Amino acid sequence: MPARYVARRVVQALFVLWAAFTVSFVILYMLPGDPVSVLAGSDSGRDITPEQLDALRHEYGLDRPVIIQYLTRLADVVHGEFGRSVQSHQPVQTMIADALPATAQIAGLGLLLAVLFGTGLALAATYVSWGWLRQALLSLPPLGVAIPSFWFGLLLLQVFSFRLGLFPAVGNEGLAGVVLPAVTLALPSAATIAQLLAKSMSTTLREPYIETARAKGAGRPRIHFRHAVRNAALPALTVAGLVVGNLLAGSVVTETVFSRTGLGRLTALAVGTQDIPVVQGLVVFAALVFVLINLAVDLVYPLLDPRIARRSAAVS
Amino acid sequence: MSGAEAGNGVENRAGSTAGNRAESRAESRAGNSPGSGAGDEPLLRIRDLVVSYRVGGGPVHAVRSVSLTVRQGETVAIVGESGCGKSTTAHAVAGLQASNAVIGGGEILFGGTDLARLGERRMRAVRGRDIGLIPQDPTVSLNPVKRIGSQVAEVLIVHGLANRRDAAAQAVEALRRAGLPDPETRARQYPHELSGGMRQRVLIAIAVAARPRLIIADEPTSALDVTVQRHILDHIEHLSRETGMGVLLITHDLGIAADRADRVVVMREGRVVEEGVPERLLTDPHEPYTRDLLAAAPSLATERPTLLAVRAARGRAGRARTTGVTGDPFAGRAPAESPAPASGRADDVLMSAHGLVKEYPLPLGRGKTRAVDDVHFAIRRGRTYGLVGESGSGKSTTARLLLRLTDATEGRIVFDGEDITRLRGGRLRSLRRRIQVVYQNPYASLNPRLSVERIIEDPLVSFGLGTRRQRRRRAAELLDVVALPAAVLRRRPAELSGGQRQRVAIARALAVNPELVVCDEPVSALDVSIQAQILDLLVGLQTDLGVSYVFISHDLAVVRQVAHQVGVMRGGRLIEQGDADDVFSRPRQAYTRELLDAIPGHRR
Amino acid sequence: MTDLTSVFHPGAEPGAADEPHTTAVAGAPVRGGAREVLTFLARRPGLVAAVGWVALVLPAAFAPGLLTSADPLAASPADKLAAPSALHPLGTDELGRDLYARVVHGAGLSLKATVIAVLVGLLAGSVLGLLAGFLRGWADDVIMRVVDVLLAIPGLLLSLALVTALGFGTVNVAVAVGVASVASCARVMRSEVLRVRHSLYVEAAHAGGARWTRVLVRHVLPNSSGPVLVLAALEFGTSILSVSALSFLGYGAQPPTPEWGSLIASGRDYLAVAWWMTTMPGLTIAATVLAANRISRMLDGEWRHRG
Repeated sequence: MPARYVARRVVQALFVLWAAFTVSFVILYMLPGDPVSVLAGSDSGRDITPEQLDALRHEYGLDRPVIIQYLTRLADVVHGEFGRSVQSHQPVQTMIADALPATAQIAGLGLLLAVLFGTGLALAATYVSWGWLRQALLSLPPLGVAIPSFWFGLLLLQVFSFRLGLFPAVGNEGLAGVVLPAVTLALPSAATIAQLLAKSMSTTLREPYIETARAKGAGRPRIHFRHAVRNAALPALTVAGLVVGNLLAGSVVTETVFSRTGLGRLTALAVGTQDIPVVQGLVVFAALVFVLINLAVDLVYPLLDPRIARRSAAVS
Repeated sequence: MSGAEAGNGVENRAGSTAGNRAESRAESRAGNSPGSGAGDEPLLRIRDLVVSYRVGGGPVHAVRSVSLTVRQGETVAIVGESGCGKSTTAHAVAGLQASNAVIGGGEILFGGTDLARLGERRMRAVRGRDIGLIPQDPTVSLNPVKRIGSQVAEVLIVHGLANRRDAAAQAVEALRRAGLPDPETRARQYPHELSGGMRQRVLIAIAVAARPRLIIADEPTSALDVTVQRHILDHIEHLSRETGMGVLLITHDLGIAADRADRVVVMREGRVVEEGVPERLLTDPHEPYTRDLLAAAPSLATERPTLLAVRAARGRAGRARTTGVTGDPFAGRAPAESPAPASGRADDVLMSAHGLVKEYPLPLGRGKTRAVDDVHFAIRRGRTYGLVGESGSGKSTTARLLLRLTDATEGRIVFDGEDITRLRGGRLRSLRRRIQVVYQNPYASLNPRLSVERIIEDPLVSFGLGTRRQRRRRAAELLDVVALPAAVLRRRPAELSGGQRQRVAIARALAVNPELVVCDEPVSALDVSIQAQILDLLVGLQTDLGVSYVFISHDLAVVRQVAHQVGVMRGGRLIEQGDADDVFSRPRQAYTRELLDAIPGHRR
Repeated sequence: MTDLTSVFHPGAEPGAADEPHTTAVAGAPVRGGAREVLTFLARRPGLVAAVGWVALVLPAAFAPGLLTSADPLAASPADKLAAPSALHPLGTDELGRDLYARVVHGAGLSLKATVIAVLVGLLAGSVLGLLAGFLRGWADDVIMRVVDVLLAIPGLLLSLALVTALGFGTVNVAVAVGVASVASCARVMRSEVLRVRHSLYVEAAHAGGARWTRVLVRHVLPNSSGPVLVLAALEFGTSILSVSALSFLGYGAQPPTPEWGSLIASGRDYLAVAWWMTTMPGLTIAATVLAANRISRMLDGEWRHRG
């Protein structure tokens, strides 16, 4: 792959990261209310004197001009320092690193399930020749998109934990505890993938080159799986970053429902206590994940689509 | 009397020359064509075929009754306008009809088997192996993510005619037979790396790879440039002669059919109207519809007087109809009020281009490309300047430059003595009142949300001309000028046919009494009979109103019908120009000659 | 939820060269009468159900008294955690409040918040998309860069960050959800404007001498508005989900005010004993989102391409 193409993508990714940091800074630090006064307003901060407040402001650098604050924070972030939590005084990056594995478990399994079920459903729906079965299959993704995932999680708990006793209702322990949260996370993503891919498949199957393949005497399996799927998957691939981002965001609700610890729970707590440095760290982290996934897709895409390969070669 | 019987009868009556020739051709290859049956049983016999589409409002009958035969080594052309059922017939033969199409009756006998009743599984064994299909648009008919070689090899693998390794070698061989230069390299490339003509050769290679007995060519060249068109058709003919395949050629162009087919079947509204050898059809059509098609086909008009000549002979009798147009608030400025008669002075130049250049930057600063390169020409008042060229020749960019929709990189455009190259703001807007445009695609050039009345009024409102009532009257008047009924005023574009829409577009262009109308491929999206009507209308309006045209087309035959002067463009340059008669009868450039030779309908 | 710009394509008309066109027939009326509307609907029971559901939910939001006379806040400890019955169609909660009344009254807060979110997202997004698509040049570059960045942050997380800064409460939640959807709206609007702008009839209007204001008002806006309507319906569904998710997490309406998301949150503690407390509001949310998405699909050219 041409080095300049890769370099270009990496620079773009860094730009998005920087901009995401800036957006979160604008939202969190420039809107009314700074973290310290929030702390002062909270229950734990009742007995803080104005002098202590000022000292705190000084500690967090909030008494300096906005532009200086921005630049210092940016410099810190470049060095991997996201500041300290207002609540626990722990470094934000440590908190994220500690919470990551638990979320990675359910998000990883969730992604696997979403891709399997999403593509499976889309392929099945476009492959079957019975009209009623196709309609039935195609009506599932819109349903999956419409169900609020927090309710879906509770439904799973009700049925599989309380009624059937198959899985633990709460906590982080063991493999069994991962299953229900992963299913909950997977549902909206699977539905999204299925919708996109089914739509893409049916467009692709109307392309003239599919008729060329039929004219060669190729059978349905060959036409679907040798000709259509690869072409149809290309547009679906471009939303990979979005799907993973939504898995991360979905963990906020899912971990709350299943009382698990993880990034989602950390987010919910940080928002609840208006712990601004932690929230910012999480937003930038989500953008980082999104950017990395998209970078990977950008680098893989030319291998799958020769048309892009030539264009990217032309860039260098 | 069924179509088949009619066809046979016709053949008996007229079958002196072509019939004999087809037979002798068939005989000459009877020896080397494997699996050929007895000479008297045709390769393909369609009898009383009925195909309908199930759509929301009930069945639509696309093919009502079609009977025809294709013999070994014979090329049979089905000719007809869009919607006549020719493509549906072809797809039914290959078992590739749309999923909502139903074969309602009749039979498709191919080598003794009725394909109409063959299940999908057995049909699949026939498709590609015994019947090859050459599709319409080569640019979209190859899988973009697979290599050329494997797409050709696939047909052999599917039918178990070769294992994977042999198939690759045979694919290269098939590509070579299809006339693709350097087939080994091409086989390793992807479709987007090949030109349209090359891709059509790949599709021909796919169609003939398994050495089928019948090839169905569905408008195989309508998406290609004329010069490429000719080579592709030559090659299909060559292959047919070499291998003894039957060819069922679907085309809207009577000229192509006449050139290429041993027999021509004319279809209309799902039925066979007439059938016969081309010599007879061209010289002695029995059915009025065939006569109409013949009269409309521009490519066959070489021996006929052009529309311009016909008009000139008819005189200006038609004028009375539009005289009411002048002297109202919509009349243009002074020059337009006294339209120059068509017989005006030949040196009365309305618009001229001097050293026109348009450059586009290539993406990411990789230099520039010249779409229009040093073009000079002059458009005379009341006359038509025809601009001819293949796709990418820069003719449409030139049109946009003249319309001032894009700015020239270099050169000057002079309109009525004034340099308009850099005109801006209000003065540009008042220039637009004098230069109007008619686009190629009447489906896209009319705002779908407005009624026809509003569409025609739109330029009047833009220039603040007339009161609401006056504008309405003007719209009604213009509709009459373009020969549309007044009822059309309330309709929306979606409710009109292509030809009607193009008339509306012409009415809109004429609303502000322009001196120049730029017509960018105004008829290439239309059926031939509609084409002829629109061309006739344009020529008539010129005689009546004295308007000048720049007429852009890829179709030399069309331009010949209407243009006084002609310019030929290639690669952004104007390589030849002059009076239409001179250019057409005594072309100086080899390229122009090639274009002229490529016009179908010459060979018989 | 989903990437709108990729889900969203004005339906392309399929058809082989020869297939009969419904439009090209000269003079055939395109818009049908009541009969045609009825056959259209008769073939789409899902759509009828969706419209019916919306017709039920909208009065609940603005005049809940029409659907129930019960007080959503009236506790009756004797009836606590009662299963659905004739008296309490959806059962009661831990304080014996009628769940049906709470769901009906909750519609007001949920839907009003959703409407605010959609308005914020759609208005800001449309203006940005319109500017980007119409001005092109550096304005387009800047706007679309910002939009790209906003899209890099998952919507829910962006809303959460905004809620952190703005503080809790239904209105803040609504605004936060709206702002999070600005980017995708801007993208759809821009691509719509570009599609229309590059259309031949807009160029024809330019060539015909129309001023750019006239081109914008008469040709570009009317032809871009349809897809925006589709988007609005789609956004409505997505926003209900986001708003109720934030309420579920406890950042929206505070108890005892009924709201769909917080109703589910309060039912969480009684999962094992009172399934109806989460299931009923959950079903209500799902049905409303489903209805909004179905109507969006209808607006997206299903009527035009019927048959």
